[in-house]
Amino acid sequence: MIKFILRRTLIMIPQLLLLSLIIFVLAKQMPGDAVTGAFMGNPNATPEQMESIREHYGLNDPWYVQYGNWIGKAVKGDLGQSYTHKQPVTHLLAGRVANTVTLSLFVLIVTYAIAIPLGIIAGRWTDTWADKLIVTYNYFSFATPLFVFALLMLFLFSFVLGWFPSGGSVDVRIETGTWAYYVSKLKHLVLPGMSGALLATFGTIQYLRNDIIDTKLKDFVKTARAKGVPEGKVYTRHILRNSMLPIAAFLGYEVTGLIAGSIFLEMIFSYPGLGQLFIQSITGRDFTVTTAIVMISGTAVIVGTMLSDIILSAIDPRIRIE
Amino acid sequence: MVTIDEKKMIAKEKVNNPSLAKTIWREIRHDKMALISLVLLIAILITAYSSPLFINQEQLKRVNFLETWEAPSETHWLGTDDGGRDVFGQLLLGARNSFTIGLSVTLIAGLFGLTVGLIAGFFGGMVDNVIMRIIDFLMVLPSTMFIIVFIVIVPDYSIFAFVLMMSAFAWFNKARLIRSRGLAERELDYINASKTLGTPSWKIMFFEMFPNLSSLVIVNMTLTLAGNIGLETGLTFLGFGLPASTPSLGKLISFATNPDIVQNKSWVWLPAALLILVMMLCINYIGQAVKRASDARQRLA
Repeated sequence: MIKFILRRTLIMIPQLLLLSLIIFVLAKQMPGDAVTGAFMGNPNATPEQMESIREHYGLNDPWYVQYGNWIGKAVKGDLGQSYTHKQPVTHLLAGRVANTVTLSLFVLIVTYAIAIPLGIIAGRWTDTWADKLIVTYNYFSFATPLFVFALLMLFLFSFVLGWFPSGGSVDVRIETGTWAYYVSKLKHLVLPGMSGALLATFGTIQYLRNDIIDTKLKDFVKTARAKGVPEGKVYTRHILRNSMLPIAAFLGYEVTGLIAGSIFLEMIFSYPGLGQLFIQSITGRDFTVTTAIVMISGTAVIVGTMLSDIILSAIDPRIRIE
Repeated sequence: MVTIDEKKMIAKEKVNNPSLAKTIWREIRHDKMALISLVLLIAILITAYSSPLFINQEQLKRVNFLETWEAPSETHWLGTDDGGRDVFGQLLLGARNSFTIGLSVTLIAGLFGLTVGLIAGFFGGMVDNVIMRIIDFLMVLPSTMFIIVFIVIVPDYSIFAFVLMMSAFAWFNKARLIRSRGLAERELDYINASKTLGTPSWKIMFFEMFPNLSSLVIVNMTLTLAGNIGLETGLTFLGFGLPASTPSLGKLISFATNPDIVQNKSWVWLPAALLILVMMLCINYIGQAVKRASDARQRLA
């Protein structure tokens, strides 16, 4: 087990290096560099001045020196300066990361709160009307594009019914730290969170339903029934114990979907998180910020998949052998 | 020498083993939802693809400031947008464009994924190992972000570049799927027999192995088609998809980023949103029927 964890963690290092290298190459391809960004709107800057600043910041060095500098700084938490916001990127990101993590956690919790009971019901009472209803909902959640669904939710619950605010992460007039502040935060979370979660249930429901249908015909379940274990207990103690474990392990894989989803959700609900900042920075040509966000998201996905692989191998020893 | 009896036997077997197309059709006919979906989708597609015949495309592009934000009326069935352009015409052309792009991405990604998957599955060993490590890495990239970044930095941006960009991030799963089935297939006798006869590897891969995996490919492609259309409209919605001059569903929906339009001018974006929803659901219902048809245990018919 320790050997597997070690090996899996070691795989992460080349992955991270490759990711940073690709992002670095892409960043170099983006139009304009740090100096043109800093001098944007300053007509007094002569080309000679700009050149000397380039020299000073090492922008004329060979690419591997520049890459080394960039990585060295990034590891220490220095991701450069944002040119539209005139402040360090790390500063700018801190609040945004917190918002996106809050939203993603909300989405995850609601997803599992909906998907696990529905998956169990559909698997246990197969071919009843409840199962058919759940399967239909599952088709729907698989087929619907997130941005269309989120817009319809926004239209219906925020504009037509007026139950929830249409944008932002908190009401600006409320003082930070009060009870009303947290209530307002939650209110702003519900609509984007539910939109994300209602469509994210697909994988879990599908997996649970199929797994329970497979497991309930296995010999050990028959044995349990033959011994007179009550039907409820057959499910909680014998079937679900087997089926639920991998769900916990898939958590890390969810990161990929959450990041892609956050871009659409945050743009539609104007929720000030990483996804919104990503789009803003790319339309505003603030590429230091763009690079930093892609790097952070990529790292989050790599760490997430690693954790999932490790948990999965702890649950299912067959994976370790490969 | 094949005797007449044997010929009859072979003919009989062919009747008993209907082609995939026939099984799919039987499955769809049996499933009411899939049948309705198929009819509806074909109706939408025929209208969308024949729309250039009765829609004046030049007029659709012309900005007319006297007719901006008109509510639905007899001349403009679904009203007009910020430039006085007819929404209904844009909706039809948009549906056509979105479907064409979704289909091209699916086909390009399918072809590439299939080739990579077949190579990994057929050769196995070291080749497989290297390919799989690369795919493992590509799969952890945040693809939506990368597509957007690529779109911004590509020098002469065109629809073709957009399709390639999307395809570049859509083939990993297909390759993995084909590869895992290919690995099982390569151990079978017919492959070994072919190898012994000296058939070139590429011929075995594409003419002997592939036909046995084709149902898998078809199922996967129908199911991902909807997803690709969704991603294309989503990216266009964010402003990183089709050029602004091309009518598209994503562009119509992107009007809804303004609260006033969301609430008071819903005729601009709501039909496009609903049309996408209906198309996705139809494709998906058909896809599920195709999936069942390819697996005898799941068939309803």
